[in-house]
Amino acid sequence: MGLIRYESQIRPPLIEGGKDYHQVTEDICRPVEAKPSRAWWIGFLVSVAFLIFGIVSVTMEVIYGTGQWNLNKTIGWGYDITNFVWWIGIGHAGTLISAILLLFRQGWRTGVNRAAEAMTIFAVICAGQFPIWHMGRVWDAFFVLPYPNTRGPLWVNFNSPLLWDVFAISTYFTVSLLFWYSGLLPDLATLRDRAKKKWRKLFYGVAAFGWTGSTKHWQRHEALSLVLAGLSTPLVLSVHTIVSFDFATSVVPGWHTTIFPPYFVAGAIFSGFAMVQTLLVVTRKVLGLEEYITIEHIDVMNKIIVLTGSIVGIAYLTELFIAWYGANKYEWFAFGENRLNLNSPYGWSYWIMMFCNVVSPQFFWIRKMRRNLVVTFFMSVLVNVGMWFERFVIIVTSVYREYLPSAWSTYYTPTIWEVGFYLGTFGLFFTCYFLFSKFFPVIALAEIKHILKRSGDVQKDRMDKLEAQPSEEFAKEHSHDHGA
Amino acid sequence: MAIKKYVVGSFDDEAVLFPAVKKVRKAGYKIHEVFTPFPIHGLDKAMGLRDTSLHTAGFIYAITGTATALGFISWALTYDWPLNFGGKPFFSLPAWIPITFELTVLFSSVGMVLTFCYLCQLAPFVKKDHFNLRSTDDIFLMALECTDKTNDSEAVSFLQSLGAKDVKVDYKEERWWLGRYDKEAKVFEKKPEGIAV
Repeated sequence: MGLIRYESQIRPPLIEGGKDYHQVTEDICRPVEAKPSRAWWIGFLVSVAFLIFGIVSVTMEVIYGTGQWNLNKTIGWGYDITNFVWWIGIGHAGTLISAILLLFRQGWRTGVNRAAEAMTIFAVICAGQFPIWHMGRVWDAFFVLPYPNTRGPLWVNFNSPLLWDVFAISTYFTVSLLFWYSGLLPDLATLRDRAKKKWRKLFYGVAAFGWTGSTKHWQRHEALSLVLAGLSTPLVLSVHTIVSFDFATSVVPGWHTTIFPPYFVAGAIFSGFAMVQTLLVVTRKVLGLEEYITIEHIDVMNKIIVLTGSIVGIAYLTELFIAWYGANKYEWFAFGENRLNLNSPYGWSYWIMMFCNVVSPQFFWIRKMRRNLVVTFFMSVLVNVGMWFERFVIIVTSVYREYLPSAWSTYYTPTIWEVGFYLGTFGLFFTCYFLFSKFFPVIALAEIKHILKRSGDVQKDRMDKLEAQPSEEFAKEHSHDHGA
Repeated sequence: MAIKKYVVGSFDDEAVLFPAVKKVRKAGYKIHEVFTPFPIHGLDKAMGLRDTSLHTAGFIYAITGTATALGFISWALTYDWPLNFGGKPFFSLPAWIPITFELTVLFSSVGMVLTFCYLCQLAPFVKKDHFNLRSTDDIFLMALECTDKTNDSEAVSFLQSLGAKDVKVDYKEERWWLGRYDKEAKVFEKKPEGIAV
């Protein structure tokens, strides 16, 4: 008999359909090896169209300067920084799934981690666009790096949260990419060894780096994944913490709060899981992977959404309470007047945020709602709308009425190029995701095989029978000398 | 490079492979390599491979990152061009923690991945042989290296008796890259007692 891996029968199987190893390979490689469907082409071309619109918008901005955007002296951070924080937050769920859940030994992560990590990388690429193009003179973007220059050399300000951001985001991107790709190597090798056509052999041959699956390599690979997970865990927390420092270290009422770091991190994970749901609810259906990304996976992720959504809700109420309790009239003006008051120019955005982020996820306390795909999909979109408005509220409502009423800039409406830039990053994100889902396995093959004998339904059925057996009989049948 | 002879056995279940690895070692055969489609915990121990020291390398890279960040920032902001930011001290350590942390993580992960690729000899355009293309799919493959003293047919029938589904004799050329053969992939020098080789 050999190895018995025990996992509690209370946990439902994570892989359904009575799969063996070869079937797992077949199922997950099929979308990569088959010709793309019409739905794929439509989705891909629409994404490319958005991307082109984005490129045109950015080109306009580069030619004519940031004046193409409706920013002004008072609202110096508008749409683009809102979008930056929104995208970077979305990225966080991928790292949470791949790193933190690896450390917590959560088996269900194997079904969703590869796609979520890919999502992280694409979201960080999208996020990075905003501060870069916001510089205006983008050809001078390298000024943010501490390189020896002829101006002294004059170094960058290492005490500035904006510079911390440069380091945090670029480190985050690099580490996520390395983590994702090193995890992909074995799966690319599987595709390489299955390849029939010449270009596929070449492409996956190059991409797989010559992976063989040798035991020593696996041993190192495991060590690498574990340490990278250990490094990514504080890294992902640090990234959004540092993004929140961009606001929290300023003295602008509405930004100058110590609650920002944990509140931003929770919000990031919240919106990131919503994006994972948006992508996977569709992906599992279109690629026929319902047996690997089961309702159980969707359910678990919805639980995280309701948890983080509630944390965010408590954070909103806490900052509101402190703004009142702190008895600083400027602080209270930012909260009580600019946000809470529905009749103020941007009061509506605050209440959209409150509804989407705090009220709507509460439906996920009900099991039926968590396991309903349609509800999940709409809720995930709603959450991301809410999280976009959260950043909009934090950024715009804090600055549009500053200390001097003569400088108030009540109505900020984005221009078509600001909107185009945002839509363009959607194009970029989905173009990348479509290409990923076509050329790479969207589920971590080796990791699924690794848990198949423990969490697959075949094993669960076998364990059911074993559990019913009397212990003497069990011992007689299964005891073995360990090769002694 | 020298062409070597191998006896290659395919197993279709890791539960059969495990005791087989132990028995093969006990019988004194030299395991060249075991290829598996996914990591099998404990197999490295069963094969007698030593633990990887990749963690230690990662730690060394990490402290290199920490030292680089702290050293550079403190040099730049206190010695090379001290700037007065709102009357704060030039040596303002708390404000440097974020960048120090990021560089620690960056150095450690980039260094570890490069070291991993170097140790495993992985890079784009590198080709390696693993006897059977299905060993990245659903086959667990054990390759025994034949020496002058090895009796091939005995080894073949021994592997079959241990549950290998398909056993064959194969010839492969050892590959080198960057002048370093992956020595650590070989089993531990210290052999169990009663080895015939």
